[in-house]
Amino acid sequence: MELTTVWFCLIAVLWVGYFALEGFDFGVGMLLPVLGREERERRVLINTIGPVWDGNEVWVLVAGGATFAAFPEWYATLFSGFYLPLLLILVALIVRGVAFEYRAKRDDAAWRARWDLAIFWGSLLPAVLWGVAFGNIVRGVPIDADLEYVGGFFNLLNPYALLGGLTTLLLFLTHGAMYVALKTDGPIRREARSLATRSGLAAALVAVVFLVWTQVDTGSVASGVLFVLAALALLTGVAAAGSGREGWAFLGTFLTIALAVAGLFAALFPDVMPTSLADGTSLTTTNAAATAYTLKIMTGVAVVFTPIVLVYQGWTYWVFRKRISVHHIPEAVLAGERPAGSR
Amino acid sequence: MDLEALDIARWQFAITTVYHFLFVPITIGLSALVAGYQTAWLRTGNEQWLRMTKFLGKLFLINFALGVVTGIVQEFQFGMNWSDYSRFVGDVFGAPLAVEGLLAFFLESTFLGLWIFGWDRLPRALHASCMWLVHLGTLFSAYFILAANSFMQNPVGYDYNAETGRAELTDFVAVLTNKVQLVTFPHVILAAYMTAGAFVAGVALWHLVRGKGREGSEDRSMYRSGARVGAWVLLVAGLGVVISGDVQGKVMTEVQPMKMAAAEALYETEEPAAFSIFTIGTPDGTSEKFSVTIPNLLSFLATGELDGRVEGINPLREQYIETYGQDPGATYYTAGDYTPYIPLTYWSFRFMMGLGFAGMAGGLAVLWATRRGRAPTGGRWTWVAVGLPLMPLFANSFGWIFTEIGRQPWVVFGLMTTEQGVSPGTTTGEVLTSLVVLTALYGVLAAVELKLMLTYIAKGADPYVEPQLRDDDNDPDRPLAFAY
Repeated sequence: MELTTVWFCLIAVLWVGYFALEGFDFGVGMLLPVLGREERERRVLINTIGPVWDGNEVWVLVAGGATFAAFPEWYATLFSGFYLPLLLILVALIVRGVAFEYRAKRDDAAWRARWDLAIFWGSLLPAVLWGVAFGNIVRGVPIDADLEYVGGFFNLLNPYALLGGLTTLLLFLTHGAMYVALKTDGPIRREARSLATRSGLAAALVAVVFLVWTQVDTGSVASGVLFVLAALALLTGVAAAGSGREGWAFLGTFLTIALAVAGLFAALFPDVMPTSLADGTSLTTTNAAATAYTLKIMTGVAVVFTPIVLVYQGWTYWVFRKRISVHHIPEAVLAGERPAGSR
Repeated sequence: MDLEALDIARWQFAITTVYHFLFVPITIGLSALVAGYQTAWLRTGNEQWLRMTKFLGKLFLINFALGVVTGIVQEFQFGMNWSDYSRFVGDVFGAPLAVEGLLAFFLESTFLGLWIFGWDRLPRALHASCMWLVHLGTLFSAYFILAANSFMQNPVGYDYNAETGRAELTDFVAVLTNKVQLVTFPHVILAAYMTAGAFVAGVALWHLVRGKGREGSEDRSMYRSGARVGAWVLLVAGLGVVISGDVQGKVMTEVQPMKMAAAEALYETEEPAAFSIFTIGTPDGTSEKFSVTIPNLLSFLATGELDGRVEGINPLREQYIETYGQDPGATYYTAGDYTPYIPLTYWSFRFMMGLGFAGMAGGLAVLWATRRGRAPTGGRWTWVAVGLPLMPLFANSFGWIFTEIGRQPWVVFGLMTTEQGVSPGTTTGEVLTSLVVLTALYGVLAAVELKLMLTYIAKGADPYVEPQLRDDDNDPDRPLAFAY
C-alpha cells in the first residue's frame, strides 16, 4: 500500500478513535440536565467520565497534528476554510474542559449551575458541529484551483451537512446514555438504559437517511458495506440495551460510530476534500500529501507508539471499571470548610 | 488577505501564546515537584510530604486545566490563521507536532486522570509513578514543540522545493538536534523549574507570614521546609537558566545576528561592544539622553570574548538585503526592512533577564530568612511571597516575546516572512471575531483561575489522611477517595 494511503487510513483511525471515545463523553455532558436531576446524580454522571475525558479529547489533537504532518494542504485548507465552526468548537471545548475541573471547586449552587451549563453546551455544540463539518467534507465544498476554500460560512449550513450534525448529535447522545447505563448503578442506570433505547431508535432513523444519502451521492462498495454494518451494530446495540445487556449495548454504539466514520472516510477516498466547483481542484491523498520521507518517519513513530497508547488508555478503563452510584460520591470537601471531625 | 487581517492574526497569536505559556512552565515544573514530594512521602512515610503533595497537586490541577484548553487553540490556529505558513512548512513542522500529540499529550492526559482519581485504585508506588509519567509527558511535549520552533529560528534538515514551493524534510534527526533546539530546550525547561520553585516558595512563604504556618502553629515547619525547597529549586534551576541562556546568546549571534543586535539596539558594529542596562531616550540610536552601560559585556554575551566584534543593525540589514533580496526562491522572499521592532526587542530582553535575576535574588532572600531553623514573620515578607512567583513567570513571557519579535519579519528565518504565512482566504471579520472571542474568554477564565488559585492557596494543606486501596469485595459502597 502506498504511504499516502496508509496515512489516509491512520487519520481515519484517529477520527474513529476520537468520535467513538469522546462521543460518549459528549453524550454524558448532554445528558447532565436530563439524567442528573439533583446534585449527587450530576456528580455521578461527571465522575463516570472524570478520569478519561481528557485522554479522549487528545485523539482530536493528534488527528489535527497528524493531518498537519501527513497532509499539510488538507490541514491548511480545512482549518482556514471552516474557520467559524472551528472557532465555536474551540470555545466549546475550552469552557467544557475548564468546567469539569472547576465545577466542584466551590460549594456554591450558582457556581455549579453555571459550569453545568458550560458542560451541556460545550458537549452539545461540538457534537453537532463535527457532524456538520464532516458532512461538508464528504459532500464537497467550494475549493478553487489554488486549493483554497472560497465558500464562506453559510455555505456550510446546507441540508445534507445539517443532517450530518443531527446524526452525530443523536448518535453521541445514545452512546453517552449507553455509557451511563454501563458505568452507574441505581435509578440513573435504569433511566439511562430506557433513554438509550428511545434515542437509539431516533438515531437509527436519522442515521440511515444520512448514510443512504451519502452512499447515493459519493458512496463506494466499501462505504456501503461499512454503512450497513454500522446500521446493524446500532440496531443490535439498541436491542441489547432493551434486554439489559449494557456491555453489548455500549459496544454496539461504539461500533456504530466507528463503522460509520470509517464508511465516511471510505466514501471520501481517494479525495480528502473534494471540491464542488467545476473549475476547482479537489484535495486528494496525492496532491495534499507530505513527502515520502516525512510519511516514512511518521509511519515509524506511529507503528511504535500507537499500540503503547492503546495499551495504557485501555488500562485506564480497566482501572476505573467499577460502576459508580450516588453513595460512592463523597461529601464535597471544598474551599474553607471541612467535614466535621476530620481535624 | 489585507494587512489588517495580518495584524489581527499576529495579535491573536501573541495573546493566545503568551497566555498559554503562563500555565505551561508551572505545569512542567510543578508536576516534577508534586511527584518529588509524593516520592519523598513514599520513601520516608513522613506525613508532611503527603500533605504537601496533595496541596500542591490541587494547585497544579487548577493551573493544568487552563494549560490544556488553551493548548487546543495553539494546535488549531496554525491552520486557521496561518494556512500558507502551514502549507509551506507542514512537511517539516507538522511532524514534531504530530509526534508531540502521540508521545506527550496522551501520556499527560491519561496518567493525570489516573493520578487524580487513582488514590484508592492504584498501589502507592504505581500511583506516584503516574505523576512522574505526567512530568515525562510535559518534557516530551516541550522537546517536540521547541524543535518545531527552533526550525523557525534556524531552519535545518530541509530542502526548498521550487516546484511545490515548500520546505521539505530531508533529515528528521537534524531537526530534532538543531543547535538552537539543543540550547533552547534546557533553557526553557530550567526556566519552568525555576518558575515552579518560585511558586512553591512564594506559596509556602505566604503561609509562614500570613497563613497556616504563622509563628506558633503546628504546620510552621512544613511550610518553612516548603519555602526552602522551592527557593533551592529556584536558585539551582536559575543558575542553569543563566548558563544555558549564555550559550543560547552565542548560538543566536551566529544564526540570527540581527536578533542580538536588536536586543541591544546596536545600530553600528562595535568592537568591543558594551551592554546597556537601561536607556532613556529614543532607542533607535539617534538620540540617547542617558544610559547605564557595562563596557565589553555585550561582546562577552554574544561571542564569549570581552573584546569580540558585534555586528550592528545597519550593516546587517545591508547584508540581509543582499542575501535575501536577490535569492532565486524569490516567491517567498521580499526585500525590505529586515529590522524587527527595536524598542520591544530591547526592553523584552532586559525584562526577561531582570525579572529572572530578581527572582533568584528573592530565592536567596528566602533561604537567608529561613536559615538554621528560622522563619520570617509578617511585614514586608508578604510582598516577597506575592512577588516571587510572578518574577520568573513574566520573565518567561518576555523571553518568548523577545525571541519571536526578534525573528521578525521572518516567520521561518530566511525562508518565509510572517506576512506571507497568513491565511489568504480568511477575512478580517473572521479573524477579528476570533481575536475578540478568545481574548474575552481568556480574560474571564484568568479571573476565575486566579480567584480559585488564591482561595486554594489560602486554604493550605489538608490534614493527613492515610490513602487506602479500595476493597470492592468487602466494602463496595465506600465513597470514592476523590470525585469531581
